Amino acid sequence: MMTGDAEAEHEKARRFRDAALPHLDDVYALARYLMRGTADAEDAVQECYLRALRHFDSYRGPAMKPWLLTILRNVCNAEFARRGRQEVLTETGDDDAAPEQSPLWQEPAASPEAALLRRHDDETIRGLVAALPQPFREALVLREVNDLSYQEIAQVAGVPVGTVMSRLARARSMLRSAWNVAESAMPGAVS
Amino acid sequence: MNCAECEVLLHALIDGELDAGHARDVEAHVNGCAGCAEKLKVFRAMHDAMAKADLKDKAPAHLRSRIEAMLPVPPAQASAEIIRPRQFLQPSRRSFFGGFAVGTALSAAAAATLMFTVFSSDRELTVADEVVSAHIRSLQPGHLIDVETSDQHTVKPWFDGKVDVAPPVIDLTAEGFTLLGGRLDYIGGEPVASVVYKRRKHIINLFVAQRLGTSHANVTDRTVQGYNVRHWSAGGLDFWAISDLDPAELNEFVQKISAAFRGNPS
Repeated sequence: MMTGDAEAEHEKARRFRDAALPHLDDVYALARYLMRGTADAEDAVQECYLRALRHFDSYRGPAMKPWLLTILRNVCNAEFARRGRQEVLTETGDDDAAPEQSPLWQEPAASPEAALLRRHDDETIRGLVAALPQPFREALVLREVNDLSYQEIAQVAGVPVGTVMSRLARARSMLRSAWNVAESAMPGAVS
Repeated sequence: MNCAECEVLLHALIDGELDAGHARDVEAHVNGCAGCAEKLKVFRAMHDAMAKADLKDKAPAHLRSRIEAMLPVPPAQASAEIIRPRQFLQPSRRSFFGGFAVGTALSAAAAATLMFTVFSSDRELTVADEVVSAHIRSLQPGHLIDVETSDQHTVKPWFDGKVDVAPPVIDLTAEGFTLLGGRLDYIGGEPVASVVYKRRKHIINLFVAQRLGTSHANVTDRTVQGYNVRHWSAGGLDFWAISDLDPAELNEFVQKISAAFRGNPS
């Protein structure tokens, strides 16, 4: 006889499957931008789903997608901390300390010709986004790739909505400078 | 509103995150400020270009399988108590309990046989359900095939070390079943090989594993959720073929595979 526990466990798995698996592509896409390496991204996604399943009992909303992305971000953070890397996905909102003045970037000149936006293929755009420093990359990916609202981005990144707005403005401003100087065969990520 | 404020808020305008009042303020400022108007134009163009570009990697099929495999599944030795939504099981369950009620009239051995039959047919149904789920999963974009080739000599070695069997990979192109490739899948938490074929627009998954359900040499027919499912055992392997192909054509496929497998089992 199947015990009540096993039955509940099975039912939980089914509900989890229905709720969480449809967002797998979103979780993976963010992982690819946060972790860069494919294998690291896959491990992070798997760990994310493992943790999500473990905490699924206490899940009371809000939406499943931002909840999963928050977990993924924590997984990535933990991994960076474990490796002792500099690149922690900052939660403090101390954006002025972030390296937005890295020599690759220049504040866009407000000249009329800068208004012309060059056409780039998908790979080049991906590379430009991937080269953005944290936490601007994360904010922009959550917005443009994962299609989250500002409120949801604030939740995932653990910062106020105002910070999300300034990060997005900064992210797009950096992206725009890089966009117009990029050759179409620009290498993927700088790291 | 000054330019510094506008530079932040124009992104919220682009993203559709501004309330009507603020949106009006931004537009009013932009109307009187060439610099900010320029920025709005460029950032909007950039946003549109990003929306059109494919910036989102799809999760690879093997990752999906890994994640599915870690979810609890009903145990393989499941009892007749398994909760199952499928309607067609109900009559057999009733007859089982009906049989139990008159159990005093049966010898103990006969009752044991009956129970064994019910249990093993339940296991068979559990596997059939999972075969259908795996098939449906495989039809999601990007999940059908891990190794894509119409060359059987590429597909076969690909499975080495991934599953504990060497699944026969048979080229039936001449018979109208195109070999698309192979995939590693999970059924009941165990890795199984899937060899993928196509006839016209219809995908056929042929799952092969050492033990997958209740072995019997004769082909079992069933229809689950509108899919035709065939199960048979041969040469120490269990085969499950599933497709939305019509029953006669799927039978033809099964015959060709069995015939070719008998002719050259390795």
